Amino acid sequence: MRKTWVTPGGIHPPENKQQSLTQSIGEPPIPEKLVVPLGQHMGAPSIACVKVDDTVLKGQKIADSAGLVSVPTHAPTSGTITAIEERPVAHSSGMMALCIEISNDGQDQWLPREGISDFEHTSPSALLSIITEAGIAGMGGAGFPTAVKLNPGFQRPIDTLIINAAECEPYITADDALIRERAEEIVEGIRILSHILGNPDNILIGIEDNKPEAIAALRPHIQDTGIHLVSFPTKYPSGGEKQLIYIVTGKELPNDQIPADMGMVCVNIGTIYAIKRAVVDAEPLISRVTTVTGRACDINRNYDVLIGTPVKHLLAHNNFDQQACSRVIMGGPMMGFSLTSEDVPIVKTSNCILAPSYKEIPEDEPAQPCIRCGMCAEACPASLLPQQLLWYSQAKDHDRLQAHNLFDCIECGACSYVCPSNIPLVQYYRNSKSEIKKAQQEKIKSDQARERFEFHKQRIEQVEQEREAKRAARREAAKQAKTSTTSNSAADIVAAAQARAAAKKMSPEQEQAKLERAVASAEMRVQKAQQKLDSAVANNDTEEKINILSAALNGAQQKFDKAKARLAEQLN
Amino acid sequence: MAFKQVTSPHAHGAQNTAKVMQLVLWSTLPGLIALSWHFGWGSLINVVLATVTAIAGEALVIRLRQRSLRFYLGDYSAVVTAVLLGLALPPLCPWWVVVTGSLFSILVAKQLFGGLGYNPFNPAMVGYVVLLISFPVQMTTWATPLALLPEAVSHPDIIESLKIVFTSAMPVDAVTGATPLDSFKHSQGLTVDQIYQQNALFKQATFASVGWEWVNVGFLAGGLIMLKSRLFTWHGPIAMLATLALMSVVFWDSGSSQSPGSAIMHLFSGASMMGAFFILTDPVSSAVSNRGRLIYGALIGFLVYIIRAWGNYPDAVAFAVLLANFSAPFIDNYTLPRTYGHIDRRRATEKAED
Repeated sequence: MRKTWVTPGGIHPPENKQQSLTQSIGEPPIPEKLVVPLGQHMGAPSIACVKVDDTVLKGQKIADSAGLVSVPTHAPTSGTITAIEERPVAHSSGMMALCIEISNDGQDQWLPREGISDFEHTSPSALLSIITEAGIAGMGGAGFPTAVKLNPGFQRPIDTLIINAAECEPYITADDALIRERAEEIVEGIRILSHILGNPDNILIGIEDNKPEAIAALRPHIQDTGIHLVSFPTKYPSGGEKQLIYIVTGKELPNDQIPADMGMVCVNIGTIYAIKRAVVDAEPLISRVTTVTGRACDINRNYDVLIGTPVKHLLAHNNFDQQACSRVIMGGPMMGFSLTSEDVPIVKTSNCILAPSYKEIPEDEPAQPCIRCGMCAEACPASLLPQQLLWYSQAKDHDRLQAHNLFDCIECGACSYVCPSNIPLVQYYRNSKSEIKKAQQEKIKSDQARERFEFHKQRIEQVEQEREAKRAARREAAKQAKTSTTSNSAADIVAAAQARAAAKKMSPEQEQAKLERAVASAEMRVQKAQQKLDSAVANNDTEEKINILSAALNGAQQKFDKAKARLAEQLN
Repeated sequence: MAFKQVTSPHAHGAQNTAKVMQLVLWSTLPGLIALSWHFGWGSLINVVLATVTAIAGEALVIRLRQRSLRFYLGDYSAVVTAVLLGLALPPLCPWWVVVTGSLFSILVAKQLFGGLGYNPFNPAMVGYVVLLISFPVQMTTWATPLALLPEAVSHPDIIESLKIVFTSAMPVDAVTGATPLDSFKHSQGLTVDQIYQQNALFKQATFASVGWEWVNVGFLAGGLIMLKSRLFTWHGPIAMLATLALMSVVFWDSGSSQSPGSAIMHLFSGASMMGAFFILTDPVSSAVSNRGRLIYGALIGFLVYIIRAWGNYPDAVAFAVLLANFSAPFIDNYTLPRTYGHIDRRRATEKAED
C-alpha cells in the first residue's frame, strides 16, 4: 500500500451514501424541453451558433467556444431550438443567464461521428483540441476547461497526475457509481491523459476507503499499467484539491501557485470518463452521472442525465414530495448551493441533487455567541483560526483578516459544522472576502484617479515652468540689449539706482488717494455695522448678539477714526 | 415553484453550547463528591446557592437587555460559572459571601463586558478574587478533612450546615483549620521532612495531603472526561501542570526549611487540578491557538508556583489565571498556526500588503 499523509482538521459527518447506491446508474426519460446554459464552465460563456427554429442532432455543436479559456456547448438530444433567452441557472445567487432551449423530437438521433481507436499514435495537441471541442470542463465542481489544465506549457513539465476520486461530501455517490460500473473506460481515459501529459512518472488515483466496491472494480484494470490506487481514511474534506495533493504526495500546494507549478495535474474522475468518451467514442460532453438523493425523494439513485435536463423533471421522476423537503441543494450538504427554482437545468458540474427532509437538514438554529471553544480550529483543514476570523469579520478588520490568511479558507464548512453555537462562519468569511476584494478594487480605482490628477498637476506645472523660462529668456535678452546700448560709467549706475529708489516710493498724490480710499471704505463699514445693529435691536434679538454687533460697530468706528487721522497727517 | 435559498454548509453537527456546558457540569461531579466526602455539606450548599444567585442575576440582565430569557439562560454558561465559583469557595462560608461572589461574577465580570463570549477575564475567578481581597477571614477558613476530625466528631449534618451558612453561627473550632498549602507556608524553620512528620495534614496523607489529594484526583478525573470528549485540547492543562511540576522540581532545594515543597504536593494540593482542567480551559478568556494555549498554560503554572512559593497567598490559581487572561490577546498576536501552503507563521499584527 502506498504511503498517505494526514491533513490537519477535518470532520466525519454521517455519510448517507448507501441509499443512492442500492441500484445501478439509471437513465431517466428525456424531458420534452432541455435548457442548455451557455456558461457552464469557468471562463467566457460560449456563443450560440444556432438560431431559433433550427433543427439540431444529438451531439451537434450549438454554441462556439469564446476564447482560450472557454469550451463549446452541444445539443444533448435531437430536436428544434425553441428559445435562446435568459433562464434561471445553477448558481448560488439564483441568477439568470443565457440558455438555449431544445424541444426534444423523440428521435434522440446522433450526429454521424467517428472516434479515435489508437490515441497513442495521435499527437497530444490533436487530443487536446478534441477535448476542447467536446466541451469538457472540470466535472468536480469548478468547471475549469480541462484542455487548458492539461496544457501547462513546456516550462512546467508534469511528473504527477492525480485523479480525484475522493468524493468526500456526504450523500454524493456519482463518482463511486461511475467507477463501479465503468472502471475499464475510466482507466482508458487515464491512459489518454497520461499520453497527453507525456507519461508522467506518478499516476495516482486518490480514493477514500469508504468505496471498497469502486476500489475492487478499478484494481484489475490498473494492473501493470503504472497507475497507483491510493486509498486513504475517509474524512471530509479530503477531496479538496489542496487536501488531496497533500494526502497522496505529502506536498503542500504553495498559496500563490497552481498544481502545475509543482509538476502536478489534478483531474476529477468524472472528467476522465468524459475524456474517454470524447476521444474514443467521439461523444461530446452532453450527459453526466448525477446523484438524486435525500428523503424527500422516494427513489435515491444515480442517473446518467442529459445536460439541460430541468431539476424538476428529475425530481418528479423520483417521486419528490415538496412538502417534506427543507431545501433543494445542487451539490452536497457541505458545499452545495440551494436552488431557488426547480426549472434550473443540470449542467456539467452538477454531481448531485439533494432533496433532504426537515429531519435530515433542519432549519438553521439561531446563532449563539462565540465562546472561542476552538472546535472550529480543530476542524479546519487549512489550519486557520476560524474563531478569530469570525471576530475580525464582525469588526470588519481587513488587515487582521488578511494576516489570519482569510483567503486560504476553502469554504469547506467544517468549522460551521462543528460550531456548538450554530454560527454561520462560512457566510461571514464569504462576506468578508467580497468586502476586501471590493475595497481593493476601490483602492486601485482611487489610486488611478490620484495618479491621473497628479500627472495633470505636473503637466500644468511643466507648461507654466516653460512659459516662465521663456519670459525669463526674453527679459534677459532685453536687458542684454539695454546694457549693450548704455555706457557703464559710475554716474550712470548711481543715477539708475536713484531712479529705482524713486520708482519704489509713491508720489504724494498717490499716497493721498490711497488714504482717501481707505477712509471711504472704513466709513462704509461703520454704516453697515450700524445698520446691522439697528435691525438686530428692531428684531428683538438676544442680548448676546446685540453685544457682538455693537462691539463690531465700535471696532469699525475706531478703524474709521484711525484712517481719518492718517489722511489728515498726510494732508499736513 | 420556488424554494428557500440558503447558503452552504447545510449540514450541522450535533454539538451545541448547552451540551458542552452540561458536560462541563457533569465533569465537576467527581470533584464535588470528593469535596463533600472530605469536607462536609458546605461545598454542595455553596454550589446550589451560587447557582441560584447566578441564574437570578443573569435573568435580571437578560430582562434589562430585552433578550429572550429562555434562549440565553438555556446556554448554561451562568450555571457553569456559579458551580466553579461554588467549588472554589470554602465550605460553610457565610451565605452572603457566596451571593456577593456569584453576583459579582455574573453582573460585573460577565454581563457588563457584553455577556457570554465577551468577558476578557474568567468570571468565576474575578468573583473569587474579589471575595478573597474583601473577606480574607471567611475566605481562608477551611473545613478540617474528615480523616483528621477527632473521635466522635463529624462534619455538621445538612441542617446544621445550613444553619451555619445562613445564621453565621461560627462552627466549633475543631471543624475548621488551615489548608495544606497554608500550613506548609506557615511552617517556616521546619524542613520538609519535619513538616511531614509533625503536621497531620501531611502525616496521614496517602500521597500528597489529607482530603485535598482526593479532591484533586476528582477534578483530574473530570478533566480527563472532558479531554476525551474533546471539549478542549490537552495543550493548556498539560502545559500548566508540567510547568508547575517543573518549577517545583527546580526549586525543590532537597527539602530544606526554605523549600517551597515537592511537585506531588503542588500538583495535588489546593486548586491545581481544578485550575488546570476547569478554570484555564475557559475558552473565552484564554488564548485561542494550540501554541498560544501552551504558552498560556505554562504562564499560569509559572505564576501559580511563584505566588505559592514567594507570594503572600498560599494558593494562587485565581490570581495566576487573571494575570494570564490579561496577556492572552498578546499571546494570540504571535502564535498563529502555520496555514496550509504557507512557509511561515504570520503575526496577527501584520498589515495587509497594498
